[in-house]
Amino acid sequence: MVPLSWYVALSAMMFVTGLVGVLIRRNIVVVLLCIEIMLNAVNINFVAFSDYLHLIDGQIFVFFVITVAAAEVAIGLGIIISLFRLRESVNMDDYNLLKL
Amino acid sequence: MMPILLIPLLPLLGFLIVGIFWPFFKGKGHLVALPLVTLSWAIATLEFFKSFSAPPSLTLVYDWIRSGHLDVGISLQYDHLAAVMLFMVTTVAMLVHLYTIGYMHGDSGYDRFFAYISLFTFSMIMLVLSDNLVEMFIFWEAVGLCSYLLIVHWYERRPSWLAANKAFIMNRVGDFGFLLGIFLAYTVFGSVRFAEIFPAIGSHLHQSVNLAAVFRGSWNVPVLDVIALLLFLGAVGKSAQIPLHPWLPDAMEGPTPISALIHAATMVTAGVFMIARMNPLYNAAPFALHVVAWTGAITAIVAATIALTQPDIKKIVAYSTMSQLGYMVMVCGLGGYGAGIFHLLTHGAFKALLFLGAGSVIHSLSGEQDVFRMGGLRKYVGLTFATMLIGSLALSGIPPFAGYYSKDLILVTAYQQGPLGQMLWLIGVLTAVLTAFYSFRLLFLVFGGKERFHSEGQGHAVHPHESPFTMTIPLLVLSIATVFAGWAGEHYGILQYLSQELPIPPVKEAAGGFSENALKGLSVVGALFGILIAWILYGKESSIPAALARNLSFFYKISLHKWYFDEFYDAVFVRPSFAIGRLFWQELDKGVIDGIVNGVAYFFRNSGGSLRRLQSGQIQNYAMAMAIGAFGLVAFYLFFNRL
Repeated sequence: MVPLSWYVALSAMMFVTGLVGVLIRRNIVVVLLCIEIMLNAVNINFVAFSDYLHLIDGQIFVFFVITVAAAEVAIGLGIIISLFRLRESVNMDDYNLLKL
Repeated sequence: MMPILLIPLLPLLGFLIVGIFWPFFKGKGHLVALPLVTLSWAIATLEFFKSFSAPPSLTLVYDWIRSGHLDVGISLQYDHLAAVMLFMVTTVAMLVHLYTIGYMHGDSGYDRFFAYISLFTFSMIMLVLSDNLVEMFIFWEAVGLCSYLLIVHWYERRPSWLAANKAFIMNRVGDFGFLLGIFLAYTVFGSVRFAEIFPAIGSHLHQSVNLAAVFRGSWNVPVLDVIALLLFLGAVGKSAQIPLHPWLPDAMEGPTPISALIHAATMVTAGVFMIARMNPLYNAAPFALHVVAWTGAITAIVAATIALTQPDIKKIVAYSTMSQLGYMVMVCGLGGYGAGIFHLLTHGAFKALLFLGAGSVIHSLSGEQDVFRMGGLRKYVGLTFATMLIGSLALSGIPPFAGYYSKDLILVTAYQQGPLGQMLWLIGVLTAVLTAFYSFRLLFLVFGGKERFHSEGQGHAVHPHESPFTMTIPLLVLSIATVFAGWAGEHYGILQYLSQELPIPPVKEAAGGFSENALKGLSVVGALFGILIAWILYGKESSIPAALARNLSFFYKISLHKWYFDEFYDAVFVRPSFAIGRLFWQELDKGVIDGIVNGVAYFFRNSGGSLRRLQSGQIQNYAMAMAIGAFGLVAFYLFFNRL
């Protein structure tokens, strides 16, 4: 048996990888991918704890997360395409509309 | 009683119509205002003649304030005192309306002027008809407001609005006392109505009030004296008695018709009227009566001495008004309320006449007011001269003109009131001599002697001309009134007529005194003496006045500078007020308050300016901040709760 702590450690590493990617990468497509990595880190946690506690709830949540992630990718890519049309760029630094 | 209600309502209607629709009148405002005032005058005259037989009436127009014990109604109290006052007020108001047509012809504020004098007429009528102190105070203020509005008629001119402000502020001082008097009267009597106050006076004769209570001291004075003196303070302001008088001569900056109507015949006499109306209270307040009598006497003589040397024709007449008001107040202070009101009525006629005559002179010289730049006008404005001569004779107290009857009645009444009265009588006779002198000095300077009006190298030649008939008719009517009013008053027994409200004081023993006829003869001789001196000094060109001014320069300067009242008030009140105002403005307002307000704004502007740099608009920066925050919170939790 692989102990629970390994799963949690793996999940934490994946999450930090995704988070750092989101924070430092400039390419918006990569940022979107990093968000997927973070979501899957959460999925690993869910599954690990579901097995550990002998509760099925965590696995059900994983399906929800996968569904949401799929929807998010669909919408996110749509937004990226329209942003690209608007700015001729996939660089995050060009998307500064929030600034006055 | 409907007709009495119409007397005030018609001028009010005139004010509303002309006042609201003034842009449409375009110099035709008199077409509405004059007929309405004339109608009001006709009703007042009819009611006056009816009042000889009819009993006094009291009409409640409406309940104004009813709260607890306080019951203030707008009522019309029509008795003999109100009847004669109304007759005089409406007569002068009507004649002044007529006179204004000629005098203010072509003025840009012509219709506004008519609206205001109608409003004034309404307010003055209501003041006279008041049946309680609050109603009287309201209209007391209303006539003061009209006075202000009319003095400031030519508001572009600096002296006009300065004079208007001065009149308004000085009257506030007096009105403050009046208001306190009403409060105290209500506290003591539990009512503000005359009909309820007067019967209750007897039961408060020995009541005293501790004036030093605020300072935990003890200074008990009779409460009736305090009420009477506080009310008198209002009269001092309104009737231009010393020390609240300097506004009246300055008020002459306004157009001449209102000088005649407001500042000679009606409004300034409101103080005398109030004292007469409150006579049961004053009779029960001996100390207050002494103050009233002395204030009046001092005002009479001081104003007369000032009038001796003034160069401005209207100011001479203004100071003579003040002096005559002093007479009225003085005799009221001696208990001779009827004599005071009689002089008030005749004075209303001949002083309005003198003012309107002075206005006619000014009009004929296109605005010149300095008597030393007039002279020889007799042959140009003969009618004005004749009427002003009658007015001056009446003012000097020469029989058979009105002033002789009323002024001598005052002097005789004063003489018969014991030692104090005789002292004041002496002041009165002295004032009469001075009065005759300055009245004829004015006449000789304006109408006699050489023509000085075109010798001063003015840009254009002056052609004196007689005024239009709208201005001369009032002069003629008032001359007739001046000739007959005094005789009629004495012949028909005005004192007995007025004794319904104003008791005639009993004659006190006068040891070794003069008889009544001797007293009258003495004051006439005094007046003739004054005229003689005026003839010697000003009848023909002479160097005596200049020599006198040189040799008696101390007295001359006191008179010319009006006893330095203006300078005194300027130094004691006006300048310190300005200094305090400037201090608050510059230091407190601009320094502290603006400092706080602007400081708050600067703080937020500067801190905002610094903080806005955090908002880069880069979503990753925000996400970074969020992540660091989340890690920080988790770390905090782990370190401080688990460990």
